[in-house]
Amino acid sequence: MTARSAAELIADLNARKVSSAELTKGYLDQIAKHDGRVKAFLLVDPAAALARAKEIDDRRAAGKPVGKLGGLPVAIKDVICTQGVRTTCASRMLENFVPPYDATVVTKLKSADAVLIGKTNMDEFAMGGSTENSAYFKTTNPWDTSRVPGGSSGGAAACLAAGMAPLSIGTDTGGSIRQPAALCSVTGLKPTYGRVSRYGLVAFASSLDQIGPLGRSAEDCAVLLEVLAGHDPRDSTSANLPVPEYSKTVNQPLAGLKLGLVREYFGAGLDAEIEAAVREAVKVYQSLGATVKEVSMPHSKYGIATYYIIAPSEASSNLARYDGVHYGYRTEEKAMLAELAAEQQKLEAAKDQKKLADLDTPLVRLYRQTRAEGFGPEVKRRIMLGTYTLSAGYYDAYYLKALKVRRLIRGDYDQAFEQVDFVVGPTTPSPAFKIGEKSSDPLAMYLEDLYTVTANLAGIGGISIPCGFTKSGLPIGLQMQCRPFDEERLLRAAAMYQRATDWHTKRPKLG
Amino acid sequence: MPDHTYDLIVGLETHVQLSTETKLFCGCSTEFGAQPNTQTCPVCIGMPGSLPVMNREALQLALKTAIALNCEIPEFTKWDRKQYYYPDLPKGYQISQYDLPMSQKGWLEIHDPKGRFQPKKVGIIRAHLEEDAGKSLHDEAAGKADSRIDLNRTGTPLLEIVSAPDIRSTEETRAYLTELKLLLTYLGVSDCNMQEGSLRVDANINLHIHTPQGKVPTPIVEIKNLNSFRFIERALAYEAKRQLEVWQQTGRKLGEAGTFKQTRGWDDAQGVTFAQREKEESSDYRYFPDPDLCPVVTTQAEVEQVRAGLAESPRAIRERLEKAHGITPYDSDVIAAQGRPTVDYYEAVAKAAGDGKKAANWVTQEVLRVLNEQSWTLSQFPLTAASLADLVKRVIAGEIEITRAKEVFNDMVANKRSAADSLQALGITKVDLSELEAICKELVAANPKIVADVKGGKQQAVGALVGQAKKRNPNANPNDVRRICLELIEKM
Repeated sequence: MTARSAAELIADLNARKVSSAELTKGYLDQIAKHDGRVKAFLLVDPAAALARAKEIDDRRAAGKPVGKLGGLPVAIKDVICTQGVRTTCASRMLENFVPPYDATVVTKLKSADAVLIGKTNMDEFAMGGSTENSAYFKTTNPWDTSRVPGGSSGGAAACLAAGMAPLSIGTDTGGSIRQPAALCSVTGLKPTYGRVSRYGLVAFASSLDQIGPLGRSAEDCAVLLEVLAGHDPRDSTSANLPVPEYSKTVNQPLAGLKLGLVREYFGAGLDAEIEAAVREAVKVYQSLGATVKEVSMPHSKYGIATYYIIAPSEASSNLARYDGVHYGYRTEEKAMLAELAAEQQKLEAAKDQKKLADLDTPLVRLYRQTRAEGFGPEVKRRIMLGTYTLSAGYYDAYYLKALKVRRLIRGDYDQAFEQVDFVVGPTTPSPAFKIGEKSSDPLAMYLEDLYTVTANLAGIGGISIPCGFTKSGLPIGLQMQCRPFDEERLLRAAAMYQRATDWHTKRPKLG
Repeated sequence: MPDHTYDLIVGLETHVQLSTETKLFCGCSTEFGAQPNTQTCPVCIGMPGSLPVMNREALQLALKTAIALNCEIPEFTKWDRKQYYYPDLPKGYQISQYDLPMSQKGWLEIHDPKGRFQPKKVGIIRAHLEEDAGKSLHDEAAGKADSRIDLNRTGTPLLEIVSAPDIRSTEETRAYLTELKLLLTYLGVSDCNMQEGSLRVDANINLHIHTPQGKVPTPIVEIKNLNSFRFIERALAYEAKRQLEVWQQTGRKLGEAGTFKQTRGWDDAQGVTFAQREKEESSDYRYFPDPDLCPVVTTQAEVEQVRAGLAESPRAIRERLEKAHGITPYDSDVIAAQGRPTVDYYEAVAKAAGDGKKAANWVTQEVLRVLNEQSWTLSQFPLTAASLADLVKRVIAGEIEITRAKEVFNDMVANKRSAADSLQALGITKVDLSELEAICKELVAANPKIVADVKGGKQQAVGALVGQAKKRNPNANPNDVRRICLELIEKM
């Protein structure tokens, strides 16, 4: 049952071949069986999920209308607010944060009759590419549990690969849906900026963040995107455009498809096995009638540098609210005040007037200590980077310059899309790496995002689909990027490939 | 130390709370005085994941104000984050406007009906929209008790109007603020209630001290959060004195190494300004464009539409009243300062009575006196413009003499009745000329001493006869009595 696609399962639910309660129970059993090793979920509430499933079943039994997802379980990345359900962003800072409201996408999922099966693990505040930056535990890759699942939506991808959910939603700021989808051999779509409401998505980098679907196939992603997408009056940056019926058209092939292979993506740093798999995938498209030409993205080499200025700048601002005053973690105040008083006494005894003058006020100490204790090292690193790049005297050289390069990168895409329908290449330069392998080298970790960040900077859509495995059995992802709001055709192109190949149907062997 | 003359240089930053129903970026009420933290939502308290959405009404009110302040309205404006940490700022940044404000380069004309300075245009550098912060209530014993925070005000729309440093005296300061407040009231964009914080002023002040070597500027001081006109005047006067003294003692001047812009507060009880902070560099707010909000485009057509719908400004009203009704700038100032209803009332009286000056006298003296005594608004005043005009006309026609007319006015107000009814009730009728002559003849005959005095050149002695005539008949018109008596004495 849990091997079937989301589209098939919805059909089964509507035909009453299976009940939502049975299906939910099936996935909960998978979680009970495998999540001890995969550790994809930060929170699972079986009773609540089953109650919700039963409620949908009862409604269907009573002949009342049931939403598009018909009682299908969906996992939610823990960076998306769920009313009354703890939303931690995998951070100590929000360990006990229970949002009083639902994100717009959660409202949409609920009204489409999804069963929210759990909240998935991630890099803290979505900062990272391996899910190792979770403050709670590391998620493992179901294909090799000594390796990372990618990130930041590592839990979202791993739970699908391990058959613990049929669909999940993730977020993508610089590749955080596509990269774990590639490393876990699932399909993940980053929609065009503005396609899906960000209301209720805890912000990392507001101008780059986008919520998107992950599934076993392009068809599954189409089903989910149709529910998630649309204008939201509560998000000024959401696009006021009609939502195509992705699920209805996804299986219609595209004729005369023109693909662009990005010259710059096939340079140094690209794993040979990945390059071979991607070139093989392009051949599959050619066999389906596509024409392929090389395109150039001359500014793509500045993508990482640009991204690692803009994203931390916005993050430094977005994360300023976690100061211990209004919500989230606050340092133990009594101990803090006692320590401060002791420091003061010591300085007074030593008559050190200068240090006394520089001593924190209790409020400043509250801020410092709360943030020092509540955030992990990667989050702190990015806050410091962003604070620096927005500072007076550095703003023009870093942030403003990055904005200019961002426009040039968008210009590269605009030029490419004059010639081709989709830009094609690898999703990641290398397959899943060992847990701990890059933890001490942030720059090496940042290079994981080489092929993905430019889509966020340009605000366009992108998808990663499974296109093979390395000799050692690690998944490889093919990335396709589309013109703004061209997800309908992007999904159709991905589905064409998936009808011609079976990479996306392969499942890892879990003990 | 010899005394020095100096120029006082003042620039004002005025924060005006716009009277929208809801906050700038969410749907919470902006009403003043609710229980703390009851007018909040995930957006205005900066809950993780929440997003702002601009309130169009706030932009409209801001546009009205900016256009009335003769500002340029750029086609493109955007929102920026001003970042700093404070417990009453829940997001850790304030959404404001930095390098592309919604309006700039305007002016406000100020004048003084008492003539202490010539009318002048005070430049408006810019006016921009921003959200208000919350309110912190601090316990006096620091570290001993908690501070309390009320976030009801958080996110209320503010228009920050920044004047050029064109103001040169406390009189000009008051005139600027009075005129600005009046304009805002006429435009209907703010209730300007200073007690409730709807109008808050920061004053930037320094001196240009005259020395034999030329003018020496003192370091600029910003006095924060002045919430009454009286505080502002007192604070500026104090600060001018203090800056002069500091300069005399230290010789420190603007721009010298080691001098920085200082922020000071005003302690009204002590009558002093006090240092709040002095920074080696200006605060770094790390402004950057807010990625959650779209830039705002205002077309020329929209600007013209707002301009066309704009209420008449106090300045235009004053000019019109002076021209149309021939009244003095002093009277037009008093009338315009009362607000639009009084202006309309005055104009109705002036038109119906056919005499703008007399109408102005009655409105500015008698009507305003009664409103003041009774703490009434004009809408509570019982006399219609037509009714007051009727009285004024009777006075002009000589039907009632002026002192009795005030009696009639008071009676009309007290008993809510017409001039005719009051005249009847008070028994006031015009005395027949022959009757008046008879009274005068008797009085002249009975008072040879007064006659002699008048003949001896003391014309004012006739006043005593006027008094006696009024005793015999209270309706006797004093002017007529005086004239008749003098004529009779002349003939003697």
